Amino acid sequence: MDYNSDLTWMVGGPQGSGGVNTAAEAFAKALSRAGYRLHMNIEYHSNIEGEHSYYTVRISNQDKRNLSEKIHVLVALDEETILGNTHNEWPSHHGHLAQMAPGGVVIYDGALKLDQSGLRQDIRYIPVPWDRLLREMLAEMGRSSDFNTLKPMTNTIAGGASAAALGMDLRLYQEGLRSVFTGRRAQLAEPNVRAADVGYRFMQEALGDHQIFRLIPVEPPAVAPMLLRGIHAAALAKLRAGLAFQTYYPISPATDENVYLETYARAQGLVVVQVEDEISAINMAVGAAHTGARSSTSTSGPGFSLMIEGIGFAAITEAPGPVVFIWQRGGPSTGLPTRSEQADLNIALHPGHGEFPHIVVAPGDIHEIAEDSFESFNWADRYQLPVVVLVDKKIGSGYVTVDDLGLDKLPPVDRGARYKPDGDYLRYRFTDSGISPRSVPGQEGAIFWTTTDEHDERGHITESTANRIRMMEKRMGKLSLAAREIPSSRKIALYGPADADITVVGWGSTKGPILDALEVLAAEDGVRANFLQVRLLRPFPIEEVSRILGRASRTLLVEENYSGQLGDLIREQTGIEVNQRLVKFDGRSFSEEELVDALRTALREGQPRVAVTHLLP
Amino acid sequence: MAIITSDPKVYTIRDYKSPVHNTWCAGCGDFGILNAIQLGLAELQLPPHQVAVFSGIGCSGKAPHYINAFGIHTLHGRVLPTATGGKLANPEMTVIAVGGDGDGYGIGAGYFVNAGRRNVDLTYLVFDNEVYGLTKGQAAPTMQKGLRAKGMPEPAIQDNINPLALAIASGYTFVARGYALQPKGLATLIAEAVSHRGTAFIDILQTCPYYNDLHTKEWYSEVFDHEPRLYQLDDTDYDGVVRDPTNLDEIVAKKVQAMTKSYEWGERIPLGVLYKVDMATYEDQLATGRPTTNGATGEPNLWNRDLSSLLNALR
Repeated sequence: MDYNSDLTWMVGGPQGSGGVNTAAEAFAKALSRAGYRLHMNIEYHSNIEGEHSYYTVRISNQDKRNLSEKIHVLVALDEETILGNTHNEWPSHHGHLAQMAPGGVVIYDGALKLDQSGLRQDIRYIPVPWDRLLREMLAEMGRSSDFNTLKPMTNTIAGGASAAALGMDLRLYQEGLRSVFTGRRAQLAEPNVRAADVGYRFMQEALGDHQIFRLIPVEPPAVAPMLLRGIHAAALAKLRAGLAFQTYYPISPATDENVYLETYARAQGLVVVQVEDEISAINMAVGAAHTGARSSTSTSGPGFSLMIEGIGFAAITEAPGPVVFIWQRGGPSTGLPTRSEQADLNIALHPGHGEFPHIVVAPGDIHEIAEDSFESFNWADRYQLPVVVLVDKKIGSGYVTVDDLGLDKLPPVDRGARYKPDGDYLRYRFTDSGISPRSVPGQEGAIFWTTTDEHDERGHITESTANRIRMMEKRMGKLSLAAREIPSSRKIALYGPADADITVVGWGSTKGPILDALEVLAAEDGVRANFLQVRLLRPFPIEEVSRILGRASRTLLVEENYSGQLGDLIREQTGIEVNQRLVKFDGRSFSEEELVDALRTALREGQPRVAVTHLLP
Repeated sequence: MAIITSDPKVYTIRDYKSPVHNTWCAGCGDFGILNAIQLGLAELQLPPHQVAVFSGIGCSGKAPHYINAFGIHTLHGRVLPTATGGKLANPEMTVIAVGGDGDGYGIGAGYFVNAGRRNVDLTYLVFDNEVYGLTKGQAAPTMQKGLRAKGMPEPAIQDNINPLALAIASGYTFVARGYALQPKGLATLIAEAVSHRGTAFIDILQTCPYYNDLHTKEWYSEVFDHEPRLYQLDDTDYDGVVRDPTNLDEIVAKKVQAMTKSYEWGERIPLGVLYKVDMATYEDQLATGRPTTNGATGEPNLWNRDLSSLLNALR
């Protein structure tokens, strides 16, 4: 029997009880410690308690860049996870049963009364009485009175049962658990190892000879890898960049980054301020940038809508920052607060009235989040402008296994042109580069004035036409300077053969899913495609994109929004119309199967627009 | 109060003046406030490069340009968040925020309230002339209901807010009223506000000779029964200072007293400190404490952080 190198495990249940999160994170961490490479996603409702939420964990011995929607083992903490809420007038989902791979195993709470008749017969449904199993185990250990405190170990029993259903070596799971429970929690290691065994044996017995899956064994790595979310990568890179000041107003899904930073504020000498709204957040961050701190604020689309006047403020006053993170969610307005979308490209490019320079960058994976989060502060200082980092809920909330985020390989900090004592200091001195050396409040001899009005070299208000023309050219010229100085490798990336038959274009978190889908299409359909990732969106890499798309024989855009905003931008900037637009706007990111299928359909039928509608939970 | 520095230089009002062309109208009350700020800074002997003046938008927003100190002229209504960011990022600076009544109590009302909750060590001066001058005299949030200044087509049918009462309710730890055309007294009040540890707020009654034809210099100077309309709380037995900041009963009593006093308006209008209490500042309470700073520029020195414990926690 062959090993499986790519299995998906899911746990679902009502949110808020702690069950789903705890079970998923504990199981995933143990597997990651054991040496498996995970790609993990969370879906949840804008609700505190009760609505359906689930974690999907793709388990492999190799890095995967997207989720599969095929589930091999499903842990259901309630019936809705299996069957959906079809009794509702407007069912929000139809359960995960339809996603199960043939031969898959549904593990459900033994307390549930699941009527299996009429359900798919190619699936095994195994009730596991985890509470009873834990009680029995504790009784054997003479620790019955500890049931309430040790109740979280039912998750480990479910983990053991899952490991058996996945056909995983029990010892690997137990090794993972031992590695998780160390230090102050070391006394929990052996009870958890035993609970894993209890769940594992129960499941083996229940499955009998229905042991379909056999997860490929792996070697536990010498150094435990990290299970990282995009929000972690951003926060860590910001700390590495010398972030001194962060502001935020609570908003999904950006709150996680802010609270993570707040957690470490004391230890890291960072000021984090929770403010009264996003207008305050951006202005406070601009104030901090002007007085010498590397500052940032992190929000989502609705918050950014409020922030736009502050972007103009930072731009006309040539503040060195802030760096603004947009963790995109489904819009417009309140939209889909906890779901993912790429529909804020337009507002990121055009925040506010008038014309001014700013930089917009969209990292495509967790390593690029680290690189771009760091480099954005250098750009902010070097070009004295605000920088927008465009990320999304999927890449921010999802977890991936990472050995090294590369924080020690980042380029040096560059704080740009600084004031040197030179007599008559002019904050906005006209220079050849357009960059005026900046001083910091407190520096003697370097007093500056600045204003959101048009101003002269000294920073005082003037409505002179001659000055206006030079100041506009000075500010806008910085965008051209950035375009010249930022290397092509940071602006775009082309993956695959230069002379491919098809060129797929995208930005942001669809990078991994596109690359995975193209591998499948190459292997199964013989499709010769390459992928153009546009990473720097302003200043737009006109030359690079024109060159690549100009020689492409057939072009296809992939975006998670309704209209194909990058397609519009490419047309505006290069005059090139991408042949086909493949879009998805249901608030759920592309699964591997879905993207492969949609690309096949688009390539076969050639429609100018293909809208993908996801019918999964 | 004089701050002793190693610098032997004695600062005079001239050191705080900037040579920029002033665009305020002749006779504007803003000149009195500008003078008072400069006098107050001289009284405190603060080196100009250690002072940052932030402003909102409007006539008052131009004030920083006329002061020789770091000047940051921000957006309409957003001066308090911006000044807060500036102060927290560079706590060595003396930070003064200035703005108009529309700026602070209209478009900036949310920030006015929330700045009171924080108690960052800065001073907020509101130039309160009851009108939007730069847009030709519309009613500002302090224009009384039923009144009609000359730029208004109809009398105001919205009620006016009481900024002093709002400040007290919002948690400001220093709440005072000043008058623009008494620069010496105002200078002392401003110096007291700047010396206060925490957010100090002064609502400054200011004449707008162009658009406020109701509350003019003459109106403010009126005398009733030999008593001038404007009087100093210091000349009465009013005491707005909380003696024991740990005594909640005393705090509430002093707040209620100050609120009551803040509604005194008409033939008698009080000037001076209505309420004052010493409380921990936002900076005092920050989990961070103060980041280590680079002496030359006052910037945080955070380039070599050890992130190993954060990375290990994610393994």
